[in-house]
Amino acid sequence: MDKYAGNSLTAGALRYRSESPKKAGGWLGSGSRQMETGIEFLLKLSAFIGILAIILISLFIFAQGVPLIFKIGWLDFIFSLKWSPSQGSYGIGAMLVGTLVLTISSLAWAVPLGISTAVFMAEIAPARIGSILGRMIELLAGIPSVVFGFFGLIIVVPFIRNYLGGNGMSVLAGAIILGIMILPTIISISRDSILAVPKEYKEGSLALGATHMQSIKGVILPAAKSGIITAVILGMGRAIGETMAVVMVTGNSTMIPGSMLDPLRTMTSNIVLEMGYAAGDHQAALFATGAVLFVFIVILNLVVSLSIKEGKNYAE
Amino acid sequence: MLNSNIQDRVIRGLMWLSGLLVVAILFIIIAYISLKGISAINLDFIFDLPHRAGKEGGIFSTIISTIYLTLASLIIAVPLGVGSAIHLEEYARRDSFFARLVNLAAETLAGIPSIVFGLFGFVFFVIYLNLGWSVLSGSLTMAIMILPTITRTSQEAILSVPAEYRENSLALGASKWQTISKVVLPSALPGIITGVILSIGRAIGETAALILTAGSSLGMPAGLLDPARTMSVHLYILAMEGISMERAFGTAFLIIVLIVIINYLANLSLRRMSPAGRLQ
Repeated sequence: MDKYAGNSLTAGALRYRSESPKKAGGWLGSGSRQMETGIEFLLKLSAFIGILAIILISLFIFAQGVPLIFKIGWLDFIFSLKWSPSQGSYGIGAMLVGTLVLTISSLAWAVPLGISTAVFMAEIAPARIGSILGRMIELLAGIPSVVFGFFGLIIVVPFIRNYLGGNGMSVLAGAIILGIMILPTIISISRDSILAVPKEYKEGSLALGATHMQSIKGVILPAAKSGIITAVILGMGRAIGETMAVVMVTGNSTMIPGSMLDPLRTMTSNIVLEMGYAAGDHQAALFATGAVLFVFIVILNLVVSLSIKEGKNYAE
Repeated sequence: MLNSNIQDRVIRGLMWLSGLLVVAILFIIIAYISLKGISAINLDFIFDLPHRAGKEGGIFSTIISTIYLTLASLIIAVPLGVGSAIHLEEYARRDSFFARLVNLAAETLAGIPSIVFGLFGFVFFVIYLNLGWSVLSGSLTMAIMILPTITRTSQEAILSVPAEYRENSLALGASKWQTISKVVLPSALPGIITGVILSIGRAIGETAALILTAGSSLGMPAGLLDPARTMSVHLYILAMEGISMERAFGTAFLIIVLIVIINYLANLSLRRMSPAGRLQ
């Protein structure tokens, strides 16, 4: 929404936007004019800092990690299951599988629960309950990951150890905690996209004799599809990048897990666990792990911005 | 007809259930940590320095470290974030290459996991700029992490200021910068403050990036170049190394209290936004 839209003075407002400071302060002395130009430059500079940060981040992480990836061969680095820094073996295959397994198993329960809660808030709950629930989900989103990890460590892990077997530090514990952590992302974005579906769609469906549930399933959800997909992808991004909570509950073994009760290690855990004492090639290998993670996340972000654009085209 | 009626009710029931389940999860986490943590809280816990790696004593130095790091990162990030929001909303053409690049950078920054920021902060601030594990390295890293939040909320706040305000100010002979600093920014302030409050929440909870950039020394930081351990990092170390579960509960409880307060303040400042802002 443009702030000038729907305003009768749009043309004047647009001139304000594009006007150069020299023209704007016509009657002012040249000192203020210089000040205006100086401020405009400073503002542009601060906008540039974000771009600079992205450039520096990619530059430094790739510079630290990529040479090692080429030294041991990128296929070996990504697919080898042997991670043994003391013997000079750096393969992140098991961690890559760990990240994928954990992400998929947390999405497996958080996506259905999240979408159904989003539909509940947008369509079913009385307005008051919907808004209270919204506040609670904001609060859930604000809880730091280390607190989730702590909760997992003292409640979820002992529960699994006592009732399901194993030592409790497991894929399952990670999936439960990570699922809770990505719920707010999935719920709030899905809810917003359901609320954005034009009222006429639902009214038309109801007028044709469909029940409320049939309208939700047949009309509202399909119309909100691209927003819901965005919600899931963003949730996935958060799951892939999550570190502290995962480190605290998954046991961090470098083996590929054979069952939901086995421990695993993700790419993020690998970095935070070993960075404290790594040096030389070992440290470079951790940066290389970070580089792979970075590429994953950037690809997911691109998919999101593409799907948002597609959604907009669809809406037009 | 009857069949679809029953189906409707079952689905409706399931959705109520899912809403309840989400509330229950939040409630269980907060209630459990509060019940177990509140008994650890007393004045000594808050105002005593930790002894024997945190096994005894309080957590005072971690509270101070958290405040230092949060303040320092806000001092760096707020001017930059608000500045780039002003540039984007008041000066740049929306479709210009530079503006698009700035927006893309903010989006990308918002999606990068904190551990990647930690790696970058470690190699760039700690090693390359030779700042060491310090409050400064940690805050510079965290400033980049909260920059997108501050930029985006400030952009929305500036966008919600009615165009008439600018026109009236310009008509009275004010220059563009006078209009922005005296009219636009004050009207946008509640929205900007909301962004700042949300960033404080993120700074309090940040752990992964700070372990790699601010270190985990338990001492009281005396200056910007001293290492520091925040409450979140302290909680992680207490729990993972099994140093003291009682103190871990107490720390977790304090963090949750802070987050609840911040959440409340953010909502309050959102509701205080101008009527035009509320429409957004």
